[in-house]
Order: sequence, then C-alpha cells, then structure tokens
Amino acid sequence: MTDAKDERRPAGELEAAVMAALWAAGVPLTAGQVQTELGSGLARTTVTTILTRLHEKGVVDRERQGRGYAYFPIQDAQGLTARRMHTELDRDIDRETVLARFVAQLSPDDEQLLRRLLEGDG
Amino acid sequence: MTAVLLLPLILPFLAPPLARRTLDRLAPATALWVLTASVLALAGACVAALGALVLTGLLKVPALAALGELVHPLRTPSDHLVLPAAAAATGVLTLSTWTLARSALRQTRAFRTARAQADHRPAAGDLCVVDSPHPDAYALPGRPHRIVVTTAMLRSLGPAEREALFAHERAHNQAGHHYFLAAAELAAHCHPALRTARATIRLAAERAADETAATTLGDRRLIATAIARAALAGQASPSTRPDIAPAATTGPVPQRVAALLAPPRRPRAARRAAFLLVVCAGLSVTAGTAGVVDVHYEVEIAQGENGP
Repeated sequence: MTDAKDERRPAGELEAAVMAALWAAGVPLTAGQVQTELGSGLARTTVTTILTRLHEKGVVDRERQGRGYAYFPIQDAQGLTARRMHTELDRDIDRETVLARFVAQLSPDDEQLLRRLLEGDG
Repeated sequence: MTAVLLLPLILPFLAPPLARRTLDRLAPATALWVLTASVLALAGACVAALGALVLTGLLKVPALAALGELVHPLRTPSDHLVLPAAAAATGVLTLSTWTLARSALRQTRAFRTARAQADHRPAAGDLCVVDSPHPDAYALPGRPHRIVVTTAMLRSLGPAEREALFAHERAHNQAGHHYFLAAAELAAHCHPALRTARATIRLAAERAADETAATTLGDRRLIATAIARAALAGQASPSTRPDIAPAATTGPVPQRVAALLAPPRRPRAARRAAFLLVVCAGLSVTAGTAGVVDVHYEVEIAQGENGP
C-alpha cells in the first residue's frame, strides 16, 4: 500500500521521520522494522535509500543483522566510540577473556575513571 | 501639550482585552500580524511620549536649558505638574531599558547555546535530536532552521504524533514566528499592560502553527492529541530553550486543543475587536507624534528661532 503522498515529501522530512523512529526505538532497527514502525505509506526501498543516505552522512551507524543491516543513531563522538567497543566485544566468542585483557591494559588514570563511573552508578 | 502625551501611556491598557478578542475572531495567522503590529505601534508611541516628557523636564533645569541654547523659558503647564511627570517618566524609562537589556542579554546567550548545541550534533534533514531524559521540543530559528527534540519526547509519542509535532515546529520556522515573539518581548518591556498582550501573541503563534500543521497533515484531531500528549510528557521538566524559540507546548494547551477539536468557524463579520485594536494603536501613534512635534515646536520657540 504505497501512498504517493508520502513518497513525494521532501527528502529532509523523510530523513527526519526515519531518524526519529530510530531514536524512539532505542535498539538497532532494520529497514523493514523502520517501515513497520513508521506505519506510513513509504516503500521499503525508499526507507533503505534514506537509511543508506543517513549512514553516508555519518548520522547513523549500522551493524550486521541476518542478511542485511540494522541501523542505530549516532549520539556524538563519545557515544560512537562506546558503541564500537561494544561491537568489538560482541564479535569475539570469548567475551570474558577479551574484557579481562582490556582491563589489564588500562592506564592508572583510566582505571581510576572506571572506578568512579561504577561507584557513581551504584 | 502634556495631556496629549498622556494618551499613549493610557491607551495600552485597552490592548490586552482587545488582543484576546482579536485572536478569538480572526484566523490565527492574521491575528498574529494584527496583534504584533498594533502592540509594536503602542510600544513605540509609549516610548516616544515618555521621551518627550523626560526632555521637557530636563529643559526646565536652568543649566540644561542653557546647554540647549534656550533663550526663553520653555512654555509648559504648571511646573508642579511637569516636573513630577518628567521624574516619573525618567524612572520608568530607566527601568524599562534595564529590564530590556537584561532580557536581551539572557535571550541572546540562551539562543547562542542552543544554536551551538544544534550545530554540533548530527542532523537528519532539519531534525536535531538531543539525548535527554527530559521531554522537550522546540523550533530553533537561524540558518539552517532546526527542530530540536529530546529523545524522551520522541519516545513518548507515536509515529503519527511525531510527524504532527514536526509539522507544528516546521510551521513555526517557515512562518518566522521568532520575529513576532521577539517583537512581543520588546513591547512587553515598554509598558506593563503589553506584558499581557505578549502572552496573547505567544498563543496566536502557537495557534497559527497548529492550524498550518493541521492543514499540512489534513488531520486536526491528530495535531490536537499530539500537542496534548507532548504537553503532558513535558510537564514539570526543565527546559533550556530560549524564550523566543517557540516550543510545542507553549501557551494554554487545553485552549489550543479545544480550538483544534471545535468545528472550523466561518470568518465572522464581527471583527470589531481587531478594528478597535488597530484604531487604538493608530490613535496612540498620532497622539505620540503630535506630542513630540509639539515639544519640538516649543523648544524651537524657546530657542528664539521663530517668534511666538
């Protein structure tokens, strides 16, 4: 049920709508999931095009999910680094060892910072 | 002479009720124009009248009269009337200038902060998302226009309601409502009665954006539920937006929702309130101009330029 009205909207508005859906979801979404979430008359290919464009702009990042990609918004430089660290951790099967090695290589300053962050959370 | 200068000081007190009725009768976008123009005229006339009173008072002081090259004493009604009036006018003008300068400084700072924040974040189209637990949304003027929305606000709305919110904020940006809000802010510092009119202008801007969004999306009920939900979500959460940046939930939200859900009214012939408001502003400007011209004339006579 492709609605011609939605297809003809300015590209900026469509990008904003897709971006809002990604932020509202809070978890990575595939193009199909974004289409369902928006519930509007956008064709799936249109959604994929918009997501690819947003990815090229560096506004969203993506990770492999099944045969395609799942997209998530990039918050800022710091948020992106944290996300990348997570992706690297997830890639390795032996997560525990990786994490142990990672912590072992931390500088004293970083160790101090981590401790403060953990205490702040608790 | 002094009597005609008092008129621009009194007339603004008629503005608040007339402004409210104008907004009730006219289409919001038209009402916004009429209200802003009238309020600016009233404010301008008020400042001109105060300035003329201050000048008259100053020229009564012998030292300043000599400095102004007055050869005859300035002809005015009784000094007992003019001097207190001039003193009061000086006080009011100083106070107004002070509060205006303070407000302008605060607004500029808030706007710069918001703008810098928006420019630093990645934007999709015109949307700038701020990761924050406080639901908030506003239209940020400047180049390029931005809609700033927090993640908490996005999560408390459904997809259709998010579109409604965006349409509302885009309407603010496209119509340049921040200019109207800045003008209302300026006028509010010129006369106490215009503070109430400022609230009406804010409401008019919100109603105009609501109506534009309703036309864009073709669904009045959707806009009504979206702003109601956004208002409930955003209630009691602190906002960092500058005052001239219109937010989605400014003004009496229940009144806006009711207006959207009411059947569209035929434009009525009874536009007396709008007409009266414009007459009021015109009268004020005329009286202010007449007063200032008169003071100028009297000063010239006192300077001995043309004989009495």
